[in-house]
Amino acid sequence: MKRTIPILIASFVGFLLIFSKFIPPFEEWETKVSVWFDILAAFAFVLGGGNLLKNQIKKVHEQKPGWGFAAVTGIAFLATLVVGLFKVGVPPAFQTPEHVWSGEYMQEGSAFWWTYEYLYIPLAATMFATLAFYISSAAFRAFRAKNAEASLLLGTALIVLLGQTTFGSRLTEGLPESLSMLRIDSLKEMFLNVFNTFASRAIMIGIALGIVSTSLKVLLGVDQSYLGAD
Amino acid sequence: MRTILTISAMWLLLNATVSHAQAPRAAANLEVKDVDNDDGTRLRLAWELSPDDNGKRTGNPVGGYRLERAATPPEDPPEGAEAERILIRGEFREVKVIDPGVTSFVDEKLVASRQYRYRLTALGPNEELSPAVLSAAPIAPVVQWFNKPKFWFGVFLLIVCGSVVLFIELARSGWDLKIRKVAGLEAVEEAVGRATETGRDILFIPGIQDINDIQTVAGLIVLNRVAELTAEYDAGLKVPTTRSLVMTMAQETVEGAYLKAGRSDLYNPDDIYYLTDEQFGFVAGVTGTMVRDKPAACFYMGAFYAESLIFAETGNTVGAIQIAGTAQPSQLPFFIAACDYVLIGEEFFAASAYLSGEPKQLGSLKGQDVGKLIGGLLILVGSLALTGAEFVSRYGLENTAGRYFRTLGEWLKNSFLGG
Repeated sequence: MKRTIPILIASFVGFLLIFSKFIPPFEEWETKVSVWFDILAAFAFVLGGGNLLKNQIKKVHEQKPGWGFAAVTGIAFLATLVVGLFKVGVPPAFQTPEHVWSGEYMQEGSAFWWTYEYLYIPLAATMFATLAFYISSAAFRAFRAKNAEASLLLGTALIVLLGQTTFGSRLTEGLPESLSMLRIDSLKEMFLNVFNTFASRAIMIGIALGIVSTSLKVLLGVDQSYLGAD
Repeated sequence: MRTILTISAMWLLLNATVSHAQAPRAAANLEVKDVDNDDGTRLRLAWELSPDDNGKRTGNPVGGYRLERAATPPEDPPEGAEAERILIRGEFREVKVIDPGVTSFVDEKLVASRQYRYRLTALGPNEELSPAVLSAAPIAPVVQWFNKPKFWFGVFLLIVCGSVVLFIELARSGWDLKIRKVAGLEAVEEAVGRATETGRDILFIPGIQDINDIQTVAGLIVLNRVAELTAEYDAGLKVPTTRSLVMTMAQETVEGAYLKAGRSDLYNPDDIYYLTDEQFGFVAGVTGTMVRDKPAACFYMGAFYAESLIFAETGNTVGAIQIAGTAQPSQLPFFIAACDYVLIGEEFFAASAYLSGEPKQLGSLKGQDVGKLIGGLLILVGSLALTGAEFVSRYGLENTAGRYFRTLGEWLKNSFLGG
């Protein structure tokens, strides 16, 4: 029962949406179902928030390794929740000054806005910036010319990287017009637009067929493992 | 006196000429047609520009075109903010002021049970009005109950789905299916074994999208197989998630796997936990766990974006055996550079069937192959036809064969790619 009803609902809605793609008056249904999903997911956040808080309190209480981080996470979560829910520092809306809560929670100058602008954005940008170092270390490992395939990869990467720079383009601009296809710019374009495109299209076709097959297995209830035990 | 009168008369005449010149001449041939393959809410309008319209935004005697429509039965009067915005003149209400140089417009949000007439007036730079041009006869948008350009796409979809179902049934009836080995999936057991030997955990990340993304569902199906193995081997399994619904479903999935393996005593719901919906907050949380706990194996199965390389490189640094699977082509190179095994695109979706070994699941893989075969044939025929047409045209051999080639190529392109 625990599996049957969700599968019946998923099958009904899934097949209905597939057919709606071919019937113009029903094409909008997909968007409407998406909105319903968003509403459902918003309610489910209570589960996630509760789980987060429970785990952090448990870690701090049991003094597990890294409990200090758990304390910071828990405090940050509660502080953000409080300033957001109670609209700390938000003045009433201009049109309805008599209603204290009528202002926008993200209004400039509010505590929530300050948290987002001066804590969240810099922290997220810092994490994103670390990607530059990871790209360097991964490239260093991937481009070592260990065998013929790796050497080919190294050569291709070198040409594409050089082709993206002004210096790289200048290196071969002296080649005569008859050999223009050997200029780094042209080679880079060829690698990106020809080899890269046909390889990624082949992958995309495989992915599309994989999605069809997996979706069908889910809709027909052939694979129910993601639903847990009955 | 006569001189003064003459000058005054000339001045008046000149003034009259100038003010008359400012009202542009009218647009012409306003045609209204129903938009094909829609839900009966749109009409397409086309017209010829006013002869004064030079198509430019500046220095154009025509400042734009005011398009108005009248409906039978009449539309409800606008309310609220719309009431201030929409001008109503008699039975006509303004639809839009269209830029100069534009010769078509699609009017949307109409009602199929109403008949519509349109009126177009060219505007001078100071909103001087040209004579209006009216559409010939009232027209009602028509509801279409089938989107014709998608017909062949629908046929292709039916064949692929039919093949999947057919091969599932064949497999159920005992038909022998041969599936090639996938190195990444063969390594799953090795990864779980290593975690058991070293006494360290396994980290499984089912992507960063919600459960409405099929990649997340595919990731959870793989999680089920991995959890069965961890239950059998008595290895630790940690599943951080970015979405509450994914956490709930992952808990159900893992619990089901432990029950199936007969080791429900080992299941701990706290090992499947929610961190945050925010991408880089999640990255910070997960990489922190990796550095502190040093998992023996990391699985990345689902939809990933910029965080893919941060995860994979951190996992590499802590010496974990890493297996990734995603249908995000842009993230595949990062995983390939930093992971031990990668399930590329379709392999990721095939993983659950492969790991389960159930005939009915393996049948679905054969169905996919039929789709691939048909797709490959269509690509081959389409490419040959368009190449042949181009060849014939380039060497001046335009003939019936060349036209057939082009027609076939264009038909394939429009029917299967354009729908």
